[in-house]
Amino acid sequence: MKTAVIVFPGSNCDRDIATALEDVTGTAPAMVWHGESELPSGIGLIALPGGFSYGDYLRCGAIAARSPVVRAVVEAAERGVPVIGICNGFQVLTETGLLPGALMRNSGLNFVCRNVALTVDNSQSIFTSGYQAGETITVPVAHHDGNYFADAATLDALEGEGRIAFRYAEDVNGSARNIAGVLNKAGNVLGMMPHPERRIEAAHGGTEGRRLFEGLLEAVA
Amino acid sequence: MKLRIIVSLKNGVLDPQGKAIQHALAGLGFEGVDDVRAGKIFELDVADDASDEAIDEMCRKLLANTVIENYRVEKQ
Repeated sequence: MKTAVIVFPGSNCDRDIATALEDVTGTAPAMVWHGESELPSGIGLIALPGGFSYGDYLRCGAIAARSPVVRAVVEAAERGVPVIGICNGFQVLTETGLLPGALMRNSGLNFVCRNVALTVDNSQSIFTSGYQAGETITVPVAHHDGNYFADAATLDALEGEGRIAFRYAEDVNGSARNIAGVLNKAGNVLGMMPHPERRIEAAHGGTEGRRLFEGLLEAVA
Repeated sequence: MKLRIIVSLKNGVLDPQGKAIQHALAGLGFEGVDDVRAGKIFELDVADDASDEAIDEMCRKLLANTVIENYRVEKQ
């Protein structure tokens, strides 16, 4: 499968996700700079990496969400191309409106950087088919603005439609209903604050993240 | 024309920064501060004939995230 990683000025997990995608798919992803107005053809998965796009000025992800390449990402997502946004990539996806809600400053005001336990809420999506529903996995987080907010009606809808992919097993950052990752209505867009690309091989301390990419590859193949 | 755009969190959205500032004020001995909300101010210098619609669109499209924030435009 051909994949693309979008690179913004300030992205710092672009090579991590590129390594993970190459490891799992066997093909190096296209690294696409933010100023491009088109994506390479035939891309089967687009990844928005973690980091601090545009220095997090204005709001996390806000300026990246209005960059030329993200307009192409939004069009591809609306055509059904799978898109995963991790950490800052999740913030970008909420700022585009592809995903509901917003990510605010962590309730404890601290940057949180450690392994956390996540519960897999829905194992039916293309992104989570490598897991069992209800399974607890360990994945690292590293963020200052991961406090997921949406109004109660939106949260109820997300729960009702099975669109919560992952929840924190403990309160990590004040997120509403402990939400760590959400899906769009069509199920082809996932945003999550934890970093599965940092949990790919045994030397990382575990391989739970790898299963996300392997499951995705199997689901879309 | 100079614009001042004030962006603040909507009522009901918890403001962790405001809470931290409130606690810091209490620590300095300022009593009776019941609540603090932190916000942002943008000062823009725009063409005199800028339309209200265009200004409103700037706010909605970029300056404020209307999921969590309100904005108010003051013309000076």
